[in-house]
Amino acid sequence: MINYILKRLMYILIALFVIVTVTFFLMRLAPGSPFASERNFPPQIEEKLNETYGLNNPWYIQYKDYLIDTASFNFGESMKYKARSTNDMISESFPVSLTLGIEAMLLAIGFGVLAGVIAALYHNKFPDYLATTIAVLGISVPSFILAGLMQYFFAYKLGLFPVSGWKGFNYSILPALAIAFSHAGFIAKLTRSSMLEQNHSEYVKMARAKGLGKWTIVFRHTLRNALLPVITYLGPLTAGVVTGSFIIENIFAIPGLGKHFVQSITNRDYTVIMGTTVFYSIILLFAILIVDILYTFIDPRIKLKGAKK
Amino acid sequence: MAKTILEVKDLKINFKTYAGLVHAVRGVNFDLKEGETLAIVGESGSGKSVTSNALMKLIPQPPGIYASGQILFNGRDLVPLSDKEMSKVRGNDIAMIFQDPMTSLNPTMKVGRQITEVILQHKKVSKADAKKRAIELLTQVGIPFPEKRYNQYPHEFSGGMRQRVVIAIALAADPKLLIADEPTTALDVTIQAQILELMKEIQKNSKTSIIFITHDLGVVANVADRVAVMYAGQIVEYGTVDDIFYNPKHPYTWGLLGSMPDLDNDADELLRTIPGSPPDLIHPPRGDAFAARNEYAMAIDYEQEPPMFQVSDTHFAKTWLLHPDAPKIPLPAAVAKRIEGYLAKGAQAND
Repeated sequence: MINYILKRLMYILIALFVIVTVTFFLMRLAPGSPFASERNFPPQIEEKLNETYGLNNPWYIQYKDYLIDTASFNFGESMKYKARSTNDMISESFPVSLTLGIEAMLLAIGFGVLAGVIAALYHNKFPDYLATTIAVLGISVPSFILAGLMQYFFAYKLGLFPVSGWKGFNYSILPALAIAFSHAGFIAKLTRSSMLEQNHSEYVKMARAKGLGKWTIVFRHTLRNALLPVITYLGPLTAGVVTGSFIIENIFAIPGLGKHFVQSITNRDYTVIMGTTVFYSIILLFAILIVDILYTFIDPRIKLKGAKK
Repeated sequence: MAKTILEVKDLKINFKTYAGLVHAVRGVNFDLKEGETLAIVGESGSGKSVTSNALMKLIPQPPGIYASGQILFNGRDLVPLSDKEMSKVRGNDIAMIFQDPMTSLNPTMKVGRQITEVILQHKKVSKADAKKRAIELLTQVGIPFPEKRYNQYPHEFSGGMRQRVVIAIALAADPKLLIADEPTTALDVTIQAQILELMKEIQKNSKTSIIFITHDLGVVANVADRVAVMYAGQIVEYGTVDDIFYNPKHPYTWGLLGSMPDLDNDADELLRTIPGSPPDLIHPPRGDAFAARNEYAMAIDYEQEPPMFQVSDTHFAKTWLLHPDAPKIPLPAAVAKRIEGYLAKGAQAND
């Protein structure tokens, strides 16, 4: 197991190197500069700024500097916001996105798996049609429409929740629901089809022949086998959700990480782009590693390569 | 006289499909005594598996429909029972051994737990006692190192060992009736023989009744007391093993016996087959369902369904050939030769 994890960590480093390199060159290829949007810019000042941030150096020097910065996890100051280091920006906003993301994931997994199981259990009956319809709605209705509707009805009309802001648990419910709904739809569809596949297998028939009840069979036998493809999907999804959503965070005025991904690119804020990219990559790569390790706990037939028992 | 444990009366099972209503089982009658083994034989699609699943009410509804009939288990009709009531019968009174041991065990659950699960479901015992019983069962079905095996997953077992586990699960709650749905089909011949030996031994010890579904007549001769030959969803011949093997009356049974490969066959003798294919059960043919493939078919076979004719106290066959007015058809040569072979072997075994 430890061998396997060490090996995977090495692959993660290689992947990160490739990601950092590709991001660096893509950034350079994009026209514009961090200071392009400033008005009335004397060329001397621009020259001075470029020099301070090392943008006048040839590309290989800049590339080397970036690699060193990245390796030491010191991405430097934002080029846009004065005296704000990239690391600070991430460490301030990530906990917000993480809280919201975990809440949303718990909702999405809970409702998604439950709806999927019910749909599969009542295959081609009313509960199945109901669950599938809600799931398809969840997948197809964009989150900003849902967010707007929820703000209007639950916050403005009924006054159950605050409209926007981030001052406590109450504030997180609506945005978490807005994020969770479409993911829950996907998870429900995935769980349903996976459960149906398992329900046709012999061991489920055997479990029925043993005299077990319907729900006992689901929770003791089918679900564990059916969740494998769902877990596969959950890894990358979790990485995406906990690093924040630009749209939802904007609508609900939440100071999360999501906006930095988008704004840093429109601002050509090179250091922040690099910081958020590396940060997201690390989370994603680790999420995938965790999923692979989880497999072995769910399905005893899966053995990790290099793992010794 | 042993007590009758199971009585099936005029059982009809249909399946709703897009093409139409499939009449999979068309009026099956049989009974089973305590400690007796009944073999149900027939080719694929003859309704033998549907019949066996129907006895435990494992047919999914829909698309399955219990169109008519009764399944009397110890005098109680199982057909009208709810799923909840049925779950007290399944595994407890009637247990099933499935065809393919590679897929009938849950791959993500330890073998031991798959056995104790049945015991805990139906018996009021502690977990420790259930485990003790499970290890006993594993020993009984001939699995070495049962304590170690108890904690292993199905993928750590070979096919034959898995089938032993499946049998252990079936025996876990001491069922009165064991339904074995082609339990040896997915196994190779040496393992087949071991599993059959095991099942015979179990029956000797526990007086369980067994319904043995198979298409292998060699297996039938080995294990069964009585045989029911099924064709197109009906039982066409019904009798003791001796009746069926030494005195077959139905042309379909002749065909089955004749198409059995035999070591005594001449090397250049072609393997016999029954020409044609089974009828479409969405529109069952008029008259005798076997008529189209029957070389001895008479005009009436295409007009009217034959009744069950009684040959002897134990032997029945559903063919117009047994009607007093029917021409006397001699046994086909190949079948006669086969029977002579059996008699010779039987005489040898008795010496």
